[in-house]
Amino acid sequence: MSATKTISFTLNGAPVTADVKPHHNLVELLQGQFGLTGARETCGQGLCGCCTVIVDGLAVSGCLYLAAFLNDGAEVSTVEGLDTPAKLSPVQEAFVETAAFQCGYCTPGFILMVGQLLDEHPDPDDDQIKHYLTGNLCRCATYPQVMEAVRLAAKKRKAGAAA
Amino acid sequence: MATTTQDAAKVGAQVGRSVQRLESREKVTGRAEYTHTMRLPNMLHAKMFRSTVAHGRIKSIDTSAAKKVPGVLHVITIDDVMKVIPNPYYGPAFHDQPILAHEKVRFVGEPVAVVLAADPHVAEEAAQLITAEYEELPPVFDEVDALTSKVYVHDELKPAGTFADLKHLKDAKNTNMALDYRLRKGDVDKAFAGAAHVFEHEFKTQKVLHLSFEPHATIADYRDTGVTLYTASQGPSFVRTEIARLLGWPENKVRIKVPFLGSGYGSKLYIKLEALALALSMIARRPVKVALTFEEMFYQITKHPCTFRIKSGLDKDGRIVARKCEVFWNGGAYADIGPRVTQKSGLTATGPYEIDNVSIDSYALYTNVTPAGALRGFGVPQLVWAYEGHTDMIARALKMDPVAFRRKNLLREGRPHATGTILKDAATEKVLDKLVERMNWSQPFDNGSGTVKRGRGLGIAIKAVITPTTSVAIVNVSGDGSVTLYCGTSDMGQGSDTAMAQMVGEVLNIPTESVRVTPRDTDVTPYDMGTLGSRSLFHMGHAVQRAAEHARDQLKALAREVGEPENSNTPIRELFVKRYGMQAGNVIGTGVFKPDYVPPAPGTGLSDNVTAFWMISGAGAEVEVDTETGHVKVTRLVNVLDIGKAINPQVVESQISGAASMQIGFTMFEKMHLDGGQVTNASLADYKIPGFHDIPPMENITVDTYQSNGPFGAKGVGEVATFCVSPAIANAIDDAVGVRLMELPLNPETVFRAIRAKAGQPLGDE
Repeated sequence: MSATKTISFTLNGAPVTADVKPHHNLVELLQGQFGLTGARETCGQGLCGCCTVIVDGLAVSGCLYLAAFLNDGAEVSTVEGLDTPAKLSPVQEAFVETAAFQCGYCTPGFILMVGQLLDEHPDPDDDQIKHYLTGNLCRCATYPQVMEAVRLAAKKRKAGAAA
Repeated sequence: MATTTQDAAKVGAQVGRSVQRLESREKVTGRAEYTHTMRLPNMLHAKMFRSTVAHGRIKSIDTSAAKKVPGVLHVITIDDVMKVIPNPYYGPAFHDQPILAHEKVRFVGEPVAVVLAADPHVAEEAAQLITAEYEELPPVFDEVDALTSKVYVHDELKPAGTFADLKHLKDAKNTNMALDYRLRKGDVDKAFAGAAHVFEHEFKTQKVLHLSFEPHATIADYRDTGVTLYTASQGPSFVRTEIARLLGWPENKVRIKVPFLGSGYGSKLYIKLEALALALSMIARRPVKVALTFEEMFYQITKHPCTFRIKSGLDKDGRIVARKCEVFWNGGAYADIGPRVTQKSGLTATGPYEIDNVSIDSYALYTNVTPAGALRGFGVPQLVWAYEGHTDMIARALKMDPVAFRRKNLLREGRPHATGTILKDAATEKVLDKLVERMNWSQPFDNGSGTVKRGRGLGIAIKAVITPTTSVAIVNVSGDGSVTLYCGTSDMGQGSDTAMAQMVGEVLNIPTESVRVTPRDTDVTPYDMGTLGSRSLFHMGHAVQRAAEHARDQLKALAREVGEPENSNTPIRELFVKRYGMQAGNVIGTGVFKPDYVPPAPGTGLSDNVTAFWMISGAGAEVEVDTETGHVKVTRLVNVLDIGKAINPQVVESQISGAASMQIGFTMFEKMHLDGGQVTNASLADYKIPGFHDIPPMENITVDTYQSNGPFGAKGVGEVATFCVSPAIANAIDDAVGVRLMELPLNPETVFRAIRAKAGQPLGDE
């Protein structure tokens, strides 16, 4: 198929360069060239949230976002960038402690979206939580536990900021 | 149910503790491995060309244009497959499913040809250039029609030989019936003749599907010396047996590796894409990945639509004296595990009631639609939908309170079930009592005024675990004292790895978190029948407990051998050092479990030991019905369950809320729409599943029970919360607006049509 485009961008804080085909989406780019499988294509329509990736600070559906649309210098973050070998992020910790996942396939998308929610609303009410997470579906239906995880994550982030 | 992270290092009391899932870190960091995102070096991608007709003879397949697409390596039809696998038919109950369509197509979406290329986009583009010509045959879609239709989906039936009760169907012709399960107790005709009241109803359920977020995926890597399959499977042992059979090889040349599953719910049971992936890898002589898209899951496997004709006879006091059940299961084009669903759920079709005269006929039927299999309940939710609706309708007609009516007829502990098996460790009374208490049933209920009406309803259900099945486990204690568990149960989100490790920790008195559970790999993990039907915690749990006890006994013997006093707390490593002069050696514990069982007697279906354990649950719902739109809002859902002892209370809670929420989708809106056999809503845009806003306020209660023959008092919990949700809501709608819905889903259009019909102002057809 047609010509590739070379894009230099930042992936989880590190500068990278990729040769991108015009028909490849962000999920294919991340899985195929960087071995990052945390963003996964499930519905292929941007409706389930499993493919969530953060591009320049905004959550996007990686299955619909053509990789070629990344600008040079773009900042791309995935779930794999959240933890260090020593420590999980507060949102990840909260998901573990509240058992807010079962099969785990949709979990990276939820975690990234919760991060976005808490960036914008550090102390969200239930309606705000539901509103932000409407685009994330979980077939195991771990929704009550995710509610709990978000509340716990908000507390953890506040405690972390105060420390 | 609070998390107890601080207990993590504590020794003892591992069972009953809310241990965080062992794979937590991998899952929240996105690093957990799933087959759908795996790749092997030199791997090819497969894309399928699928049938556009529901039933037809293949006249020709034109692959010439596809072969010309640059990058295409192979375009494969059944003729190519049969050069490497001469008899290309597979399946758990019947060997009826060809690896690719052979001579006939039997449903829209059936795989007819496959393109292989290194680039999946190339394969996809080429697959779209394939054409086929068919001589179309009349199709049969409806399960009731299929019983008498002159259209036959299969020219002759091919039972696999695995199940004794299918043998009489060998080579049967001119039928669509893949199993006729029957149960006969007492004299049902005589009892109906003498009954004071007789009620007869017909209930239906729709076609819905699992929609695991990790779609089906298999990678096959065939070598002349052996084959390895990486597959999203709920049953690696069965896959190995079936692949070995197809190859004519011993099982030890077939290796099945199963990482975590992006859920399953029954969709990844037995054999799905594995036979096709095998054939493709044999032809290409390279690893081949077959991975479905979301849309393609609509052509892989679904739940059984079901028609249930139920008839009850009552005496003048409201006691059920006779019940006749006729259940028609729409199995689709290939039997898959439908015959087992038909039998194993069929035997509980009369519900949790004590009835002296019973007749059950349960039919597995072939039709020209996507095959149906097990979906979280193994047929029981379809049955409960009918018998608990029927129960409420009778109570209303007799002007009896629905709870009082159920209590009068309830099957209680120590009494014989319709099969003849005595009910044991089945808390029907406790569940009903707790449900009634939590629903405040004895208090008056405000049905509302104005255009929004309120109602409440409940239901209670019974399931018999599929019996008999076998599990084997190995516990390996290494020279440093660390412990590894090998068990074939697929962890698809139900937390089985963690629960099994808890049992090992309990027996060996070590922290659960220190136990390593090996990912499923048939080269090292021993036999297990499959992760299905809520059987694993009980069956594999027993095997794991026995394996751990076997290891513990050997460690004790080792201690004696090296001269350590009885009950000394010498570290295990030191025992090995003393024995072998260095850190070396292993202790291997093994455990096998197969429960006792008496097969149902031919003709009557009676058995005094038909199941290893019973599952009991109840649900109550409160709803608001908008009489102007038909919208139903579930304002409260109470789930009450008998699950025995909870091994991991936090995981149990999420299994219950998850199962009930999934059933909310199947109850309120999910439906595969079919037009001439063609699925018209095969996407997440058109087939909606529950999201955050669809989950009602929920209360989940487990009654205090202990499964006396279970490992640590436990039994399965994965399905039990699905059973009663649908009838509880329909019964609540009836209570609110006085309309009775006989078919799922209970969407606004259905409800509104029923309200208008009742008011004598029916709406016109669509």
